[in-house]
Amino acid sequence: MTSEWQSEPRPLLLNAIGLRKDYGHVRALDGVDFDLRPREIHALFGDNGAGKSTLIKIIAGAVQPDSGILEIDGREVTFSSPHDARAAGIETVYQDLALADPLNAAENVFLGRELCYPGILGRLGFVDRRAMHAMTAANLRDLGVNIPSLTVPVETFSGGQRQAVAVVRAAVWGQRFLIMDEPVAALGVQQTTHVLDLMQRTRDEKGLSVILISHNLTEVLRVADRVTVLRLGRRVGTIAAKDATATLLVGAMTGALNMLGEAATL
Amino acid sequence: MTAVRAATRWISSGVMSRARDLASLWIVVILLGMIVLFTILCPPDTFLSFANFRSITIDTSEILLLAAGQTLVLIAAGIDLSVGSLVIFCAVISAEVLGAFSGSASQGYPNVLLGVAVATGASLAAGAAWGFINGWATVTLKVPPFIVTLGTLWMALGLAQVISGGINVATVPPQLQDIFVFGGLLGIVPWPDVIAAIGVAILWIVLSRTRFGLRTYALGANAESLRRAGVNVSRHTILIYTIMGVLCGVVGIMDVARFSTASLSAHQLDNLNAIAAVVIGGTSLFGGRGHMSGTVVGAFIPAVLRNGFVILGVQPFWQNVVVGAFLILAVYIDQVRRGGVPVWRRKRSAKEGEQRA
Repeated sequence: MTSEWQSEPRPLLLNAIGLRKDYGHVRALDGVDFDLRPREIHALFGDNGAGKSTLIKIIAGAVQPDSGILEIDGREVTFSSPHDARAAGIETVYQDLALADPLNAAENVFLGRELCYPGILGRLGFVDRRAMHAMTAANLRDLGVNIPSLTVPVETFSGGQRQAVAVVRAAVWGQRFLIMDEPVAALGVQQTTHVLDLMQRTRDEKGLSVILISHNLTEVLRVADRVTVLRLGRRVGTIAAKDATATLLVGAMTGALNMLGEAATL
Repeated sequence: MTAVRAATRWISSGVMSRARDLASLWIVVILLGMIVLFTILCPPDTFLSFANFRSITIDTSEILLLAAGQTLVLIAAGIDLSVGSLVIFCAVISAEVLGAFSGSASQGYPNVLLGVAVATGASLAAGAAWGFINGWATVTLKVPPFIVTLGTLWMALGLAQVISGGINVATVPPQLQDIFVFGGLLGIVPWPDVIAAIGVAILWIVLSRTRFGLRTYALGANAESLRRAGVNVSRHTILIYTIMGVLCGVVGIMDVARFSTASLSAHQLDNLNAIAAVVIGGTSLFGGRGHMSGTVVGAFIPAVLRNGFVILGVQPFWQNVVVGAFLILAVYIDQVRRGGVPVWRRKRSAKEGEQRA
């Protein structure tokens, strides 16, 4: 699969060119380029303060860049709020998951985007719980997620199951790609595996791309197609995950090595 | 207490988890137990009689409406302390408008229908305006609702006193009381009951079946996630407080029709009574959880107690003692049912749990 996209370049889902963002006199991003291809998991790797958060916040519409261009499907866009990004088919899974604990999985998946009955009942705002449950169940099945029940509050779920609900919600509503901010930072080994599998199925079954932020090298290398390393607000390079090693990435991240060289032009 | 623990666990594991609309079962059992107990203890045909139930339901109708609104507010993780004062304000407005539009008292208030129509509109509008202020100040000034509504509690009470000159307003056509209290739907169901039933039914359906209701739960549980999902959280909050205000307007005109006067002192504890009914009914003060069914049961408990005590010749003040104890018990049982972690400690322990995992 990786060789396929290397040989015949497809149009870019997202192309960010020369993004710059200052907070006061701190330069968080200093002319960063970043692109995302269809059906790929593109990991963002870097130390604290490297600019990962600022970059995804710009892509998610939560932060506006001081300069630089964002292109979606080759067309330039301006996101002035997260709402704009969502409208463009970009869903973000935040680190805090943004789940409403006392609500069940279906209610969380449809949070703020409830399904109403057709006709007059729907006009009056009556929600079609059965349809929401059915759609949630179908999506959970497609993505191979097992949760105890659709009707109990998500606060009774394990960390991994809660993460899964948040990812499924993003996959249901995301039309283009998902942004995942540290999806497995708080999870145990087994649950991490589940969530990473889920991420791959999101790519393979739903055909969505994923921008993955993570500190965890093993996890990055296991699921990612490409890795971009940021350091001090600049892009060190972008490399195919199969060509990357932990030593290489850590070296690039800390500035000890400057060797992404040729691979960076991918 | 282990028995209580086990019983509540058992109940919560089965029926409760599936039927969100069902009241906390124990409180239903307690209300039914009280009714049975009073039926046995009271002389025959006193407690358990049509006339007595009529008087209990009329007594409960106003607090029931306020508690229904307060259920929405508490589920949305807000609180409205101003309701009693808003009722007083709306009642004063109602009485003044009735006096002004119903024609002269000496002619027996010939335009009473016009008076009622305008007074009802004025009362609802006044309540809505106060509710809007509560919601608006909460979302735009970012002052906690506890403080905002404590502020409007004093403002509304003060203005009611200013408008009425500090004395009860009695310019109310007496025929209103005849129709409202002694008449009724089909001649049987008193109008206060009818209005309360309609109000509670609408709010019950809104809360459990509509998008607005779902978002109210979500707002109380995690406002930020609702905001991220693209919902106008401020608008929703303002709407909830406005609904609460409108209900105060309904109770204001009801109260004037019922007692033929706008009392400046009668409703000052309504806020706490309504909150107690809601919390006894199992709604969390911390938002995101609660049921209208529980509120209905919670609202009836004080009235049944007071009524039963009066018939038995027990000082009715004991009602306050018992209701207060129920309030503490209700929150305790609720915590046990949710796994023993008090809600206010839950946030921290959940984070610790994630770190451990």
